[in-house]
Amino acid sequence: MAAGNAKTLTKLVVATLGMFGFGFALVPFYYKICEVTGVNAGDEQALVKNTQVDATRWVTIQFDANVNEALPWRFKPEVRTLTVHPGQLVQVEYEVSNTSDKPIVGQAVPSYGPARAASYFKKIECFCFTPQTLAAGETRRMPVLFVLDPAIERELGTVTLSYTFFDTGPQAEAGRAKQG
Amino acid sequence: MSDVAHAHGHDEHGHHAHPTGLMRWLTTTNHKDIGTLYLIFALVMLFAAGSMALLIRAELFKPGLQLLHPDFFNQLTTMHGLIMIFGVIMPAFSGFANWQVPLMLGAPDMAFPRMNNWAFWLLPVAGILLMGSFLLPGGAVAGGWTMYPPLYIQGGISYDLTILAVHIMGLSSIMGSINIITTILNMRAPGMTLMKMPLFCWTWLITAYLLIATMPVLAGAVTMLLTDRNFGTHFFNAAGGGDPVMFQHIFWFFAHPEVYILILPAFGIVSQVIPTFARKPLFGYASMVYATASIAILSFIVWAHHMFTVGMPAAAQLFFMFSTMLIAVPTGVKVFNWVATMWRGSMTFETPMLFAIAFVCLFTIGGFSGLVLAIAPVDIQLHDTYYVVAHFHYVLVSGALFSIFAGIYYWLPKWTGHMYDETLGKWHFWLSVIGMNIVFFPMHFLGLAGMPRRIPDYALQFTEFNQIATVGAFIFGFSQLIFLAVVLKTVKGGAKATSKVWEGAEGLEWTVPSPAPYHTFETAPVVK
Repeated sequence: MAAGNAKTLTKLVVATLGMFGFGFALVPFYYKICEVTGVNAGDEQALVKNTQVDATRWVTIQFDANVNEALPWRFKPEVRTLTVHPGQLVQVEYEVSNTSDKPIVGQAVPSYGPARAASYFKKIECFCFTPQTLAAGETRRMPVLFVLDPAIERELGTVTLSYTFFDTGPQAEAGRAKQG
Repeated sequence: MSDVAHAHGHDEHGHHAHPTGLMRWLTTTNHKDIGTLYLIFALVMLFAAGSMALLIRAELFKPGLQLLHPDFFNQLTTMHGLIMIFGVIMPAFSGFANWQVPLMLGAPDMAFPRMNNWAFWLLPVAGILLMGSFLLPGGAVAGGWTMYPPLYIQGGISYDLTILAVHIMGLSSIMGSINIITTILNMRAPGMTLMKMPLFCWTWLITAYLLIATMPVLAGAVTMLLTDRNFGTHFFNAAGGGDPVMFQHIFWFFAHPEVYILILPAFGIVSQVIPTFARKPLFGYASMVYATASIAILSFIVWAHHMFTVGMPAAAQLFFMFSTMLIAVPTGVKVFNWVATMWRGSMTFETPMLFAIAFVCLFTIGGFSGLVLAIAPVDIQLHDTYYVVAHFHYVLVSGALFSIFAGIYYWLPKWTGHMYDETLGKWHFWLSVIGMNIVFFPMHFLGLAGMPRRIPDYALQFTEFNQIATVGAFIFGFSQLIFLAVVLKTVKGGAKATSKVWEGAEGLEWTVPSPAPYHTFETAPVVK
């Protein structure tokens, strides 16, 4: 009988330890269940939804980059097109490099196609706001942060944002003087 | 030490010498001694936690704050719950198991007597940790017996002590359960097949399995609380990415089976008492066994009905609602079987039978209010109101506690060799049953009207029902002094009890003399 008791004891102790482990196993199990069933999607619910994003439609934006012939720079967008919701905060980057052997100051001037899209482009941050000074041979990546106003007309399915860099430094002054 | 060795030496020769005084009780490995210790511990704790209940009811006699600081009120509600569950009901049932399981099965003792000694003596340690925390800075735990974070992560030193006490009490009941399962499976007298066992042994066997399956989970949950508090983990701490709702799931995975741990042995006691005084064998014995097992299995898939308001998908609410209602089926089988046992029986109404009949009637009321609470949309209205308080006191006071009274009156003559005072017993019964209903029945109305639980103040319109409840509480509380008097009187003396004690009693425990000798069934009886 004593041997039988020891055997039963072993089984029950193993069961007890197993259930102690099971208590801890419930932790990952709980998170898995919540994930699979979406029960604890509380995190997403808690985030304030940006009600200004018009998720019902898409607008394609084309990014275009040009350099005035008098400026020895190279200038190109990181992506050529992007499809976004009106109201959505968008960030894109451009790359610009000075190919000459002296520092030059330039400034970008934006234009829009069609032109009436201009009033719907709300730029929050842009390299075009200030003149940019590039050292000889320097390459720089520059961001544009903008929101497309949700009031944008539905017919405007594609808009183009185009930048052109102009030389605004003393060389330009000199050039203008020579031309003049 | 030499005392023990000396006594042990004597034991080799004769079985009747053992250490005396305190050492006898500290070192005892005898199932009857340990059963007695469990029952004394439960009785002391009953008066401690009962006094807390009376303080709570005294404060609630009038709206506004009269007697107690609100924080102390919260400590009282918390400790009343913790002690009544872990310090009164569970130890009392363990006491019955220690006394009765070997006697009913024809076994000489429990399977692991030394572990049995440990299982008991851990309990006073836990009791001291709990009660002592009242004296610490900040007072005892005040976050509710359910131990929910974030309160249990934020509290002071007494929260660490309570977590430790829960660990110790869990260890104690696991050791007790291992002992009971091994005794029942391996040490039955020849011929005592499982399906011939008295139903009390069946209900305890299933209860012990429930304890083995769930107590370690509670231990894990409070361990996580402890490491969240002291070692920088974030299981339940939302600030660190944890989830407090997860604690509720793990806790109730333990605590729903726990409520059956608190009631299945009660079913067992009542299933012994009713056939004795109806003088008929238990109706539907096999269905009783299967119903007990079904309740135990179902108890693992219903836990979230305690937390309908924390937010869960409708499909989950429906699942937990219907699985909870399903438990009413095996429980109904049991109630009908008890009624059928009494049907056309030659009934007499001694005190054990009175408590057993009150159990059947009042536990059923508690079961029905439980069915009401199982309905998810209704529960959202009633959650954390006095309706819940009324419900679980009907199943725990007029359920578990009344069955303990029934069992004590039923077996006390066998344990002490003396009959208890029947007149005093009847006084105890009638005052208890009337007092109990005066306390808890009005709480249904308070809950339906929206009075929240665990709050020391209430709106004026709840005053009358609260005053009725408080009067009932003092009747019920003070009538337990009669119980104390009956027990003490019976231990000291009284009419000599025969070995059979009750005319209709059946079973091996009634074949040994009263009082039951220190050692019984050293040669196993043969059961036909």
